[in-house]
Amino acid sequence: MIKKTVTELCAALASGETTSEALTRAYLDRIAEHNGALNAYITVCEDSAMAQAREADAQRAAGSTAPLLGIPIAHKDLFCTQGVLTTSGSKILHNFVSPYDATVVERMQAAGAVMLGKTNMDEFAMGSSNESSYYGAARNPWDLKKVPGGSSGGSAAAVAADLCAMATGTDTGGSIRQPAAFCGVTGLKPSYGRVSRWGMIAYASSLDQAGPLCKSAEDAALLLNVMAGVDNKDSTSIDLPAEDFSAKLNDSLDGLRVGLPKQYFTSELNPSIAAIIKTAVGELEALGATVVEIDLPNSELALSAYYVIAPAEASTNLSRFDGVRYGYRCEGPKDLEDLYKRSRSEGFGEEVKRRIMIGTYALSAGFYDAYYRKAQKIRRLVKDDYARAFEQVDVIIGPTTPSPAFGLASIKDSVTMYLEDIYTIALNLAGLPGMSVPAGYVDGLPIGMQIVASDFAEAKLLNVAHQFQRVTDWHTHKPALTANKEA
Amino acid sequence: MEFETVIGLEVHCQLATESKLFSGSATQFGAEPNTQANIFDLALPGTLPVLNEKAVAMAVKFGLAIGAEIGKHSVFDRKNYFYPDLPKGYQVSQLDYPTVGKGTLSITLDDGSEKIIGVTRAHMEEDAGKSLHEDYQGMSGIDLNRAGTPLLEIVSEPDLRSAKEAVAYLKKLHSIIRYLDISDAIMAQGSFRCDANVSIRPVGQTEFGTRTEIKNINSFKFVEKAINYEVRRQQELIEDGGRVVQETRLYDADKDETRSMRSKEVANDYRYFPEPDLLPIVIDDEFIEAIRAQLPELPDARAARFVGDFGLSDYDAGVLVASREMADFFETVAQRSGDAKLAANWVSQDLQALLNKNNWELSESPIQAERLADLILRIKDDTVSGKIAKTVFEAMLSDESSVDAIIEAKGLKQVTDSGALEGLVDQVIADNPDQAQQYRDGKVQVIGFLVGQCMKLSQGKANPAQINEILRNKL
Repeated sequence: MIKKTVTELCAALASGETTSEALTRAYLDRIAEHNGALNAYITVCEDSAMAQAREADAQRAAGSTAPLLGIPIAHKDLFCTQGVLTTSGSKILHNFVSPYDATVVERMQAAGAVMLGKTNMDEFAMGSSNESSYYGAARNPWDLKKVPGGSSGGSAAAVAADLCAMATGTDTGGSIRQPAAFCGVTGLKPSYGRVSRWGMIAYASSLDQAGPLCKSAEDAALLLNVMAGVDNKDSTSIDLPAEDFSAKLNDSLDGLRVGLPKQYFTSELNPSIAAIIKTAVGELEALGATVVEIDLPNSELALSAYYVIAPAEASTNLSRFDGVRYGYRCEGPKDLEDLYKRSRSEGFGEEVKRRIMIGTYALSAGFYDAYYRKAQKIRRLVKDDYARAFEQVDVIIGPTTPSPAFGLASIKDSVTMYLEDIYTIALNLAGLPGMSVPAGYVDGLPIGMQIVASDFAEAKLLNVAHQFQRVTDWHTHKPALTANKEA
Repeated sequence: MEFETVIGLEVHCQLATESKLFSGSATQFGAEPNTQANIFDLALPGTLPVLNEKAVAMAVKFGLAIGAEIGKHSVFDRKNYFYPDLPKGYQVSQLDYPTVGKGTLSITLDDGSEKIIGVTRAHMEEDAGKSLHEDYQGMSGIDLNRAGTPLLEIVSEPDLRSAKEAVAYLKKLHSIIRYLDISDAIMAQGSFRCDANVSIRPVGQTEFGTRTEIKNINSFKFVEKAINYEVRRQQELIEDGGRVVQETRLYDADKDETRSMRSKEVANDYRYFPEPDLLPIVIDDEFIEAIRAQLPELPDARAARFVGDFGLSDYDAGVLVASREMADFFETVAQRSGDAKLAANWVSQDLQALLNKNNWELSESPIQAERLADLILRIKDDTVSGKIAKTVFEAMLSDESSVDAIIEAKGLKQVTDSGALEGLVDQVIADNPDQAQQYRDGKVQVIGFLVGQCMKLSQGKANPAQINEILRNKL
């Protein structure tokens, strides 16, 4: 039962085939069995999950038809959850119990979801491997010696290993799509402004966006239905007419125009991955899609611009972690400056400190024009590239990552790590929606196909992904976890 | 060498919104520490700002009142620095695109002439909390009630040439803000704060001298004193061959001096950049016109009307319109009594003296406009003389009954019965035979003394004009 999709579980619960209590118990048991090896969860909420499950069953008996009633979910640990430890993967929040719920959490709860716990992540969502977590790296269920990707690595690993039915993640430069690709699950980064950021611990405000990690495109549509919508607590959330993202899943792809960016299919791309994506695109062609090569001339500038803008915003977003009001405070500060210096030096990890330094530098007097302002100009160019491309095509397809999941501790330098996000980062700069869906294997490790649509065209994205999943079964494959456990 | 003083003022005015600039917390003054600070004000992770539209409307209202350009696309920026009473580690302010651009206001100089002072800009920003250093024995307490309260920072051009001009500008600004009802603007409570940029230069020189910024000035009186002190200090420094260092100085009212806030000048780099959690404020013409339609009559227009409609002098009109409450009070008295001149005198002199003496706000006065008008009506219909009216005025402070009831109860009604007055006059002539004779001998000015005696005998209640006539007849 725990291997089923959310869509299937909803049917099973509705028909009485199972109960939320039984389901929740089953996931908790599986977490107990495998989380030691996977380290996907930072916090497991056993008692409250069971209580919520019983409540969901009671509500169902009372006639409730909430869309996710009784479905067990895991939240990335940067969503604030009332009364539950919320760490953002950092030591500096090792003791932070949030007094309020993020809007995403609140909406999931209102939809009847049962919260199993909080998932592991790179510290403050800064990373592509989950290795920057203060709580230890999460592992890839397909190979415990590999990283699950990041920053939403815990969520991706939990979904892949069936330690939950569905999970939330956030994506600032690829943090939903890249771990989804590495762990062989379906991940959706919505358009900027589609989902409220209230209660999401900020990394880079103008890039951060929450989305689902789950077992199918069909599930992603269900989850987006719950997560999406304007929120008067987030001024950057966008007020659009309500939309049912499940409604167009089965639209025909006949006449769909698919763009393949020539910049993505170069000699630098692993040829096995290139072949997998070409085969996947072939499936779409068989469904009636036409394929054209497109030009994204500024795509190679995106990474550099991102590594100015994101750290700049992060450097000030993280100023509030000062040891004064909550979170980690150093022992026996001798004065205010000492309190600040040591609380932050001891509380933040290396990668976070590195990005604070980069961002502080980029915003400094005398450097602002050369870095921050120039990066914003590039951002505009990147956005324009996509706008032009979408005049020609409906979706853009490419690999999610340049390689399959890499080994734990195998990447030592930051720049190599940053290059992991080469295909995902431009979307955040442009604010566009993107998905990663499983499309094959290289060396026994899952490979993701990235599908990109124009602003607020998530329905199109989900339509294409679902049709692809109707004719392929990559998304239904499961890692052989037991064997790995021995490894 | 003769020097010219150059002053520019930065005024921080707390906007009187019910809630904060970016959160729903209340903004009342004097609440228990940290009772008006919610999760956003505490900068809990994941919280986001939501702009208070009323603050924007107030800023625009101010802009229109000083004839300023309204920024149709204004942008909030983060100003980054660490301090315990700044929970987010940055203050949200406006750097390049303020809501209010260039405007002007006019001040009246001592010689009665008008001078136009330029306002460079007025931008919105959030206030910080307060650090409390007393009562915590080597630690500091943090009160975040004030954190996030909306401020309008109004920056003047360096157009002011003396401490007196600075005070006149500040008072005019204060008056306009009170008329607009956008701030309590109480200096002592910090809802109207002033920093002064002061420099001097030899007369005739066009470049500005090096300026210092004086902070912590919390009354109009101290503005004048602090600037005068600073001008003297800079002048002495230059005359002694030294030079002025650009720095921030703190005014100490107890010692009446300014002193350097830091030993060495630290160049702060605030790393301003556009606040990504907020969208730019877009203000359209419709919004601006709706606010323009709500603008009250402002002090200059009102003074002109007082001069035109009521025949007041420029000076009297200027005094009365300085505060909106006082001008409203005056207008009520003038209308109800039908005598604007008497109303102006009573309001600007007797009433003002009463308020000054007791340190009362106008609203605290036991004599409100209606009763004062009633008193003036009794002067006009000769029920009491102007002099007795002052006694009635005194009595009204402790007696809440009507003016007529007080006059009746205290027996202060003017005596106009000629029979009674004649008896009084006969008595005075009998008591003062020498003076009576002097009058008869042609020394007519002695009549004043005799009238005075009659008034004294009547305890002031006799009608002096009638007494005068009867005396002349009898002598």
